[in-house]
Amino acid sequence: MWGFIARKLIYNVPVYLGIILIVMLALRVQDPSLTQVSKNPSPQEIAEIRSQMGLDRPFVIQYLDLLKNVVTFNFEEESWTQGGKSVGEMLKDSIPLSLAITVPTLGLSAFFGVCIALVAAYFRGRAVDKALMIFAVLGMSISYLVYIIFGQFFGAFLPRQALGGENWPFNIEGYGPLFFGEGATPMNWVSYYMLPVIIGMIVSLGYDTRFYRAVMVEESSRDYITTAMAKGASKRKIIFVHMLKNAMIPIITRVMTTLPFLITGAVLMEIYFGIPGMGFQLIGALRALDFPVIQGFVAVLAAIFILTVIATDVLYALVDPRVRLS
Amino acid sequence: MSDTTSPNTTKAEPLLRVRNLSTSFKTDRGVVTAIDDVSFEVAPGETLGIVGESGCGKTVTSKSVMRLLPDHLTIYGKESEILYGGKNLVRASAGEMRLVRGDKIAMIFQEPMTALNPVFTIGWQLDETLKYHTDLNKRQRRERSIEMLRLVEIPNPEQRVKEYPHQLSGGMRQRVMIAIALSCEPDILIADEPTTALDVTIQAQILDLMNGLKRKFNTAIMLITHDLGVVATVCDRVMVMYAGRVIESGSVGDIFHNPQHPYTKALLESIPKRGRKSGTGRLPTIPGIVPSLWELPEGCRFEDRCPYSDGDRCVHVEPVLEQGPDGRPVRCHYPLGSSRERPAKLTTSAARGAQG
Repeated sequence: MWGFIARKLIYNVPVYLGIILIVMLALRVQDPSLTQVSKNPSPQEIAEIRSQMGLDRPFVIQYLDLLKNVVTFNFEEESWTQGGKSVGEMLKDSIPLSLAITVPTLGLSAFFGVCIALVAAYFRGRAVDKALMIFAVLGMSISYLVYIIFGQFFGAFLPRQALGGENWPFNIEGYGPLFFGEGATPMNWVSYYMLPVIIGMIVSLGYDTRFYRAVMVEESSRDYITTAMAKGASKRKIIFVHMLKNAMIPIITRVMTTLPFLITGAVLMEIYFGIPGMGFQLIGALRALDFPVIQGFVAVLAAIFILTVIATDVLYALVDPRVRLS
Repeated sequence: MSDTTSPNTTKAEPLLRVRNLSTSFKTDRGVVTAIDDVSFEVAPGETLGIVGESGCGKTVTSKSVMRLLPDHLTIYGKESEILYGGKNLVRASAGEMRLVRGDKIAMIFQEPMTALNPVFTIGWQLDETLKYHTDLNKRQRRERSIEMLRLVEIPNPEQRVKEYPHQLSGGMRQRVMIAIALSCEPDILIADEPTTALDVTIQAQILDLMNGLKRKFNTAIMLITHDLGVVATVCDRVMVMYAGRVIESGSVGDIFHNPQHPYTKALLESIPKRGRKSGTGRLPTIPGIVPSLWELPEGCRFEDRCPYSDGDRCVHVEPVLEQGPDGRPVRCHYPLGSSRERPAKLTTSAARGAQG
């Protein structure tokens, strides 16, 4: 297995180099020095700024420089817009905030999605199944309305109007201490991060449930299910043991492919709630053409993406004996 | 007349008595009846062959006995009875059925490549049945599993129990299925086309194996097949089905040497034989196809393919299953070998049948 992981890592080196190259090239379509100069800059002033930014160096040198920083885990380069904060510090501050939202969102929506799908599959074709699927379609269709309903009602209306200014149960004053660390209590964490988690979950749950149900229905028509019935297995055993283990492959695929997108995809939530997570910071940096931040964040995200893909393959091999890591 | 058992084989009290079994399915287009008024018996230790073309209701019959059809889409006829061990399985609860399945009545299937669960080991899958139906502890179950694999002649069973289905060939997987099915020494083994998906040399081995184990455990076998060669090798009695109905039954000897129903005769004629002398050198086939269950004819269901149809009574009146000329049940107005007069229209409809 370790050999497989090592080989996969080596294969993905060119992919990684390519991602960095494309991002750097695409960024340089615009000239960021113009965001930093005074109102009517002289050519001399522009040249000076460009030289400060390191943009006067040949592209190859800039590319190799970034790669060197990534390889040596050197994220000391300062942001152009955040008042001397280094990219490393920004990553360190924003990653936990993003994870505080995305990990519970992903975990809970996958868990509930699979559970609801199992219930639907158990009652396949009957009223329970049909009702659940109506809710799933409803959830899919109104998904972003949920921001308004939940966000405004629980976040703003309920605490302000109904409960007299108490931030309860949800706190929408930006973000607070995380689960671990200074001044953190579980209740704190719940009050700050539960609302984004619940919204994110509801948004993905409708689609997840339908997907997982389709997986279960497909598995339930397989021959091994009939064999299990013929052996005298109970319906519960068939669904929770025989079917679920077979359904793990599509479930893992879905969870793992949504993982990298969730890290950046929570951007909407982060902006709505004013939480400076990775998505929030990245959008800000893109607007300000803050090259060091964009490049640093992309370098980290691309690495996470590649590692996720490799982890997916390893997980496949763990749940399905037919998959060989070779 | 619902008793289709031939009188010369009902010595012992039958294990399984199926009476007037009708199975219908709810579909988007309405209710469709897949098998209608099927009755048969299985005696201890005997092998009953159920024969017919695809779509004749053989598999529905066997799955009805095991109640493996989806409950909420399946309707069993009011008078349907599947009597086993003093109980009517048609009305048995899910819990009661679980105690029967795998323990008293076991089943093996057509596709050994997909019938085993791909993500569990062979040992786990053997263990599962024993866990449901015996009081053996884990170690005893493992021993029993290995013993069963040895009985079905799988080499190196101690190693095989740790392997997954994809590491075994099709023939080996069917042996594993047989091992699982027989591990609790069931009274009846239902084998639904167990050799169809295997290549010919393996087919013979699997049939031999089933025959040997049947004698060892005194298990009755219900063998569903469309292969009359297989029937001739292993069965004691045969029931021929057509379009959801039983059309003839009897001992293997009677059916093969003295078929009473034109369909049975046509089936027998379409078996390739060495040295067959035929005018065209072609293997005879039965023209046409089994009628759709949605558009069943008013009269005999085989009428449109039958070379002996009289074009009148056969078209309008469905024959009942009754005693034919040699005392065996047959569903035909004009059973072969009978002295009953057939109208003169015979030749024209025979020509029509041959064209179709």
